[in-house]
Amino acid sequence: MSEYHDLIVVGGGPAGLAAACAAWEKGVKDILIIERDKELGGILNQCIHNGFGLTYFKEELTGPEYAGRFIKMLYDTGVTVRTDTMVLNISPDRRVQAVNTHDGFLDLKAGAIVLAMGCRERTRGAIGIPGDRPAGVLTAGAAQRYLNIEGYMVGKRVVILGSGDIGLIMARRMTLEGAKVLACVEVMPYSGGLNRNIVQCLNDFDIPLYLSHTITDIVGKNGRVEKVVVSEVDENRAPIPGTEMEFECDTVLLSVGLIPENELSRTAGIEINPRTNGPVVYENMETSLPGVFAAGNVVHVHDLVDFVTAESQRAGRAAADFLAGRSVSGDADLELACGDHVNYTVPRMLRLANIDKAVGVFFRVNKVMAAGTVRVTDAAGAEVAAFRRQHMAPGEMEQIQLPKVLLEKAAGPITISVEEASE
Amino acid sequence: MAIRKMICITCPRGCHLEVDTETLEVKGNTCPKGAEYGRNEITDPRRVLTSTVRLEGAPGACRLPVKTAGPIPKGLLFKAMDALNAVTVTAPVAVGQVVIHDLLGTGVDLVACKQF
Amino acid sequence: MVDVAIIGCGVIGAATAFSLARYDLSVMVLERENDVATGTTKANSAIVHAGYDPEPGTLMARLNVEGNRMVKELAKQLDVPCKEIGSLVLAFDERDLETIKELYRRGVANGVPDLELLSAEQALAMEPSLSKEVKGALLAPSAAIVSPWELCLALAEVAVKNGVELRRNSPVTAIEKIEGGYRITAGGEVVEARMVVNAAGAEADRIHDLIAPHAFTTLPSRGEYYLMDKSQGALVDHVIFQCPNKDGKGVLVSPTVHGNLIVGPNAEPVEGPTDVAVTADGLAFVKKQAAKSVPGINYRDSIRNFAGVRAVTDQPDFIIAEVEGAPGFIDLGGIKSPGLTSAPAIGEEAVKLLEKAGLVLTEKPNFVAERRRVRFKELSSKEKAALVAKNPAYGRIICRCETISEGEILDALHSPIPPVSIDGVKRRCNPGMGRCQGGFCGPRVQEIIARELGVPQQEIPQDKAGSRILLGRTKEKGGV
Repeated sequence: MSEYHDLIVVGGGPAGLAAACAAWEKGVKDILIIERDKELGGILNQCIHNGFGLTYFKEELTGPEYAGRFIKMLYDTGVTVRTDTMVLNISPDRRVQAVNTHDGFLDLKAGAIVLAMGCRERTRGAIGIPGDRPAGVLTAGAAQRYLNIEGYMVGKRVVILGSGDIGLIMARRMTLEGAKVLACVEVMPYSGGLNRNIVQCLNDFDIPLYLSHTITDIVGKNGRVEKVVVSEVDENRAPIPGTEMEFECDTVLLSVGLIPENELSRTAGIEINPRTNGPVVYENMETSLPGVFAAGNVVHVHDLVDFVTAESQRAGRAAADFLAGRSVSGDADLELACGDHVNYTVPRMLRLANIDKAVGVFFRVNKVMAAGTVRVTDAAGAEVAAFRRQHMAPGEMEQIQLPKVLLEKAAGPITISVEEASE
Repeated sequence: MAIRKMICITCPRGCHLEVDTETLEVKGNTCPKGAEYGRNEITDPRRVLTSTVRLEGAPGACRLPVKTAGPIPKGLLFKAMDALNAVTVTAPVAVGQVVIHDLLGTGVDLVACKQF
Repeated sequence: MVDVAIIGCGVIGAATAFSLARYDLSVMVLERENDVATGTTKANSAIVHAGYDPEPGTLMARLNVEGNRMVKELAKQLDVPCKEIGSLVLAFDERDLETIKELYRRGVANGVPDLELLSAEQALAMEPSLSKEVKGALLAPSAAIVSPWELCLALAEVAVKNGVELRRNSPVTAIEKIEGGYRITAGGEVVEARMVVNAAGAEADRIHDLIAPHAFTTLPSRGEYYLMDKSQGALVDHVIFQCPNKDGKGVLVSPTVHGNLIVGPNAEPVEGPTDVAVTADGLAFVKKQAAKSVPGINYRDSIRNFAGVRAVTDQPDFIIAEVEGAPGFIDLGGIKSPGLTSAPAIGEEAVKLLEKAGLVLTEKPNFVAERRRVRFKELSSKEKAALVAKNPAYGRIICRCETISEGEILDALHSPIPPVSIDGVKRRCNPGMGRCQGGFCGPRVQEIIARELGVPQQEIPQDKAGSRILLGRTKEKGGV
């Protein structure tokens, strides 16, 4: 016999917490959060740096503080939490199988589900760095956990590959804890991280950032990294012979991208967007399976947790509406397509009946632009809306609000494109 | 007169500032905090320090995340780390609890960021 | 003095130990590293070859076909993942078509069952992901895929359970002929043995030279591979080979028993048996060659690259013989492909040679050739529920990607050959084999090993001795 909950939230990180709180506020009183770690908060627990919450709380918090506020909010609700519990399977009829040590094997049934599993890091194997395969090559996030939660030093002389925010943050953390960070190496001609992190994590500590460079060899014959070779790359990201630099180091940290963790979604038969590696979602964060919603980094990798919170609240409220029969499921009225310089959009499908006044659309651009215009056009080529923007970069998410009145007038699929302002 | 270009780190927007090192006039900011940051970078650059200290008495945890309650002079970051490394906090501990009062005479406290 | 000392605990040493464990003998295995199966055994194509490749009349031909049957039987008996999925050798032109006919003839001569020459249409119907350039194929239904390290572990574990002594961290540095046997210096300790089996893989020539004049030379040949995520695992249903040609044996594409897709290898001469680096050129070659057979492989789903060194020698065949002038000293050298397949047959062959050299074989009445392990992920819901109710440790999932429970890790840590490293645990029960490559579970596994072995976590290495992950604690003098 299965245990029933109106709403099951898979994942107790920032996305799951915000979704559960929002659903509770909208009247869902039987909510279960399933978290695989021993505590709520997800990755925020190891992100001990500040910079969280400027949008949502209007103040600068550290990761644990940001998580702590939501955990406190959650404790004021009647939401049930099962930590140390792993979801093994989700089926299309919203059955959730999970396991832990105290309840054993759990066969659960949900009225609605919010997927909030977050993302994982790309590894050495995903990018194929040549060389020996010694210890001392870690993802930045794995090193962050060792350092900040478990109190271990993973290295003394460090080269960082990739300039994503976690890599930059780890450059500063390792330096403060006494390690020497020799270089941060980025294959693209621009950094994937926030500008402020380049200033306060690299420049503050005189750590050089090598743009358009990559690691072309890792040497470590005796079990641990001994040296890396860094080369400049051409516009096709191919190493240029003769540009090799050697760094004697014991550690390589990888900050080479994040991948939404959708194995459960895939086995549930949920449609995945190959551009984001996350579920294709409607305006209310509903996936291709009615009653199954998704939010946060499991949908697309966010730059700021504040946006994860906003998106997850949208999903939580939508789950409440679904349970109360206040929303429509089923086919979309409008699809969103990616035009010039736009890598993806979230959501990708709109059902006007579920939109109140306007719908927020997240997207990322594929190049750094000093200024530009976001153009929203319909199938007939007519402009639905346009938004001016200063400075856009692939490392930063963009958001626009599309008013319902304009969408109602639009014909067929809508294309979002970005036009770079000429200098 | 000299102009120093810098990127404001006050928020994730990362405004490109131009600061006159003599008059301390700031251009390129989109908010008053940016102007303040630009001026401070010339006269007295400061940073919030985030790190951990040793933690005892909390099952399954051995490090407590901490931060300075406000920015401290950039030049003191490593000295501050030495001070942090000498501290051990015993659970229970609350968010915001002062771990070191008036860190290195800066007038800024070091506070706990997580409850144990 | 022990009856037999085996040098090396790759799959060949383990198979020999397993074969000897049946008899009332004292047997010791000396392994250089901190675990078994760390050399060529853990880094190869993981194929149980059918046996159409070797020249008829060679040791390789006979032992391959025998081994193919034996591996499959042992896998069932010892709970080793193994699937008889069959193989296809693809032909892309007239010359290739001649080659597969020749392979067919050889296979028939070697006693390979059920070989069949397929037309392009038949091959494509069987494997729709193949290149449309295929002109024909040789089907060998008896070919299989196996977990090579688990086969080695299973053989070694059963040997140990039946009284064989395994000494790890024991590299052999000297061998001396003494009255009635040999004195071996290994890892600073001295072992005396009446007879010796040299199963040192790519180092077999060096071990041979410790006791006899130089007779063969290892020409280490490195092969590099891609391992793809499970999303690519169903791209092909058979082992897909190319015709051997002047550039080597060609690159294969195959599912693995763990559900991934393996693509490789190239063949590159290297300095020594420990040069298992991957190279940009090598991987690019593998990609290009594989595209000839299966054009649709998505390399964005690569989860790991690795390389292994083949124990190729200057001799064309396996070297399985008593060393001249060293009675009771058996070389098992040059065990290149199809060495994994042949391993159990080579083990039996070694026993025959030892018997011929005077070893008395008396079967033990209490020999138990059995091994079972829990694979939580593969159980039904009902079985999972029952197992967790009985032992809650199976309810704590440590590896998210592969759904490996703490219970399975504890089983591994209390197995006959307890692992001492994160990769050692991975080889036994698979945490870290998945798409995140241990990013999440590595530290948890490390913690569990430390707890069970009673040593500080920072001393638990990634793999071999020296592969330290943690260099100290924070908040200690000077930070580092």
